[in-house]
Amino acid sequence: MITPLTAGLGLKPQHYDAALACPAAGVWFEVHPENYMVAGGPRLAWIEAIRAAHPVSLHGVALSLAADAAPDAGHLSRLADLVGRLEPTLVSEHLAWSSWRGAYFPDLLPFRRTSATLARIAANIALTQDAVRRRIAIENPAHYLHIDGHTWSETDFLAELSRRTGCGLLLDINNVYVSANNLGYSAEDYLDGFPTDFIMEIHLAGHSTDANLGASLLVDSHDAPVAPAVWKLFERLIRRSGPRPALIERDDKLPAFTTLFAERQRAEAVLRAPIAQAA
Amino acid sequence: MQPVPTDPLAQFQDGFVRLLLDPDAPPDPDLAALAAQPAFAVYRNTVMKGCIDALQANFPAVARLTGEEWFRAAAAIYVRETPPAQPTLLHYGNNFADFLARFPPAAELPYLPGVARLDGYWTEAHTAADAAPLDPAVVAALSPEKLASILLHPHPAARWGWFAEGPIYTIWSRNRAGDSPDGAFDWCAEGALLSRPREAVRWRALGRAGCAFLDACAAGATAAQATAAALRSEHDADLAGIMQALLEAGALAGITSI
Repeated sequence: MITPLTAGLGLKPQHYDAALACPAAGVWFEVHPENYMVAGGPRLAWIEAIRAAHPVSLHGVALSLAADAAPDAGHLSRLADLVGRLEPTLVSEHLAWSSWRGAYFPDLLPFRRTSATLARIAANIALTQDAVRRRIAIENPAHYLHIDGHTWSETDFLAELSRRTGCGLLLDINNVYVSANNLGYSAEDYLDGFPTDFIMEIHLAGHSTDANLGASLLVDSHDAPVAPAVWKLFERLIRRSGPRPALIERDDKLPAFTTLFAERQRAEAVLRAPIAQAA
Repeated sequence: MQPVPTDPLAQFQDGFVRLLLDPDAPPDPDLAALAAQPAFAVYRNTVMKGCIDALQANFPAVARLTGEEWFRAAAAIYVRETPPAQPTLLHYGNNFADFLARFPPAAELPYLPGVARLDGYWTEAHTAADAAPLDPAVVAALSPEKLASILLHPHPAARWGWFAEGPIYTIWSRNRAGDSPDGAFDWCAEGALLSRPREAVRWRALGRAGCAFLDACAAGATAAQATAAALRSEHDADLAGIMQALLEAGALAGITSI
């Protein structure tokens, strides 16, 4: 299936009806597959109805690819079943871990980027791609901690994963902005060094400031509109990479569908700008 | 280039998980620099919020009865005792009712564990496999002899239970539907039946004999044996009424002749 080079929208149950009826050309919707790993019932019926009307992207949060263990076999098999059932346009996961020794921690946890972790994660990605029978995209997570002992930069690490496994990349520009702020580097430099050839999808989301530490610590909270600085970084990236599928993510403090859709339309306009210039 | 650390990824994860679950744990020397950063709290807070949000979503009637503040404080204690074991939180809290039953601050709310069980039944009914409910005409067409010997299969989404401790069903249903839980009710034992013959989960009260009948069907008894079980639990049970209620609720999915 050819991925549409258009803007999509993260989809929450409160917006199913509006999404189903959305007439916009090229619109697509992204969900967390974990919320649809059920035997039957209305959840599956809803997402199948959406899928019948629009392209769907599955954005996983729980495969735990950066753990020192293979992904949970049951979870991977449920993901493969869902992929077979929905035939999504995109399947993605994170450069992070969330399960360890039988416990699941609903977050995207960090690790040291070394050649040893690279080999482990590459093996886990290969296993996943074999199970879902397609190329997946790996997302850069948000960072909060200074971790010593990295021997790879994140952009080189992601590029090497792509070269070894054939996976694509999901560039989350809000995560770049949040991480650069928290760890003290330049978001522009990070994006200029990002291997754009591998980008299968771009994420745009809102963030918040930490309640205790203020603006020195930004949190990837997905509970606000995309920040102006993130829009700027997105425009800068698209000028270099050309249009890529871009998604507005929103998980908390959900506004009306029309409000989110206006952000989607803004992303769509950015994607079309380079084409207009070239013409 | 910085020196390559000698610890493997597994060791890093072990240390990280200890710091996540217990803020007071002494960090591994290797992770002391991480633990010292105030930003470590973002991970702790995100994990805790994710787990507590999931419990609040999965146990809405409990949360409505206790109030959000009490619920989230109790849930935080549960999370530390029982972190999620599955990489999805749809069914997180499958022993939350047991936790509430032995949670001292909940002792004055003896109905809370039962209400939690019914919230859990709702999630199970909502996510269970689809199946066509048994057509009442199929049952009506059977001769009494034939009916006695068949197996009646509960619908995959049907959940039921008898609550000897009190009017759990009334308390749960009044707090689940979101309408005003006003009005007097008797303090007596109750049973409940949740079903999802098609899209939406439905519920109704079910007597002790009805629960015993479904228990027997689920255990593989014939309709005659299930009837006997129902009469043992309630000697004057209205069996025709029970069968009609189960068919109306879509709580049965099929029959097998033996």
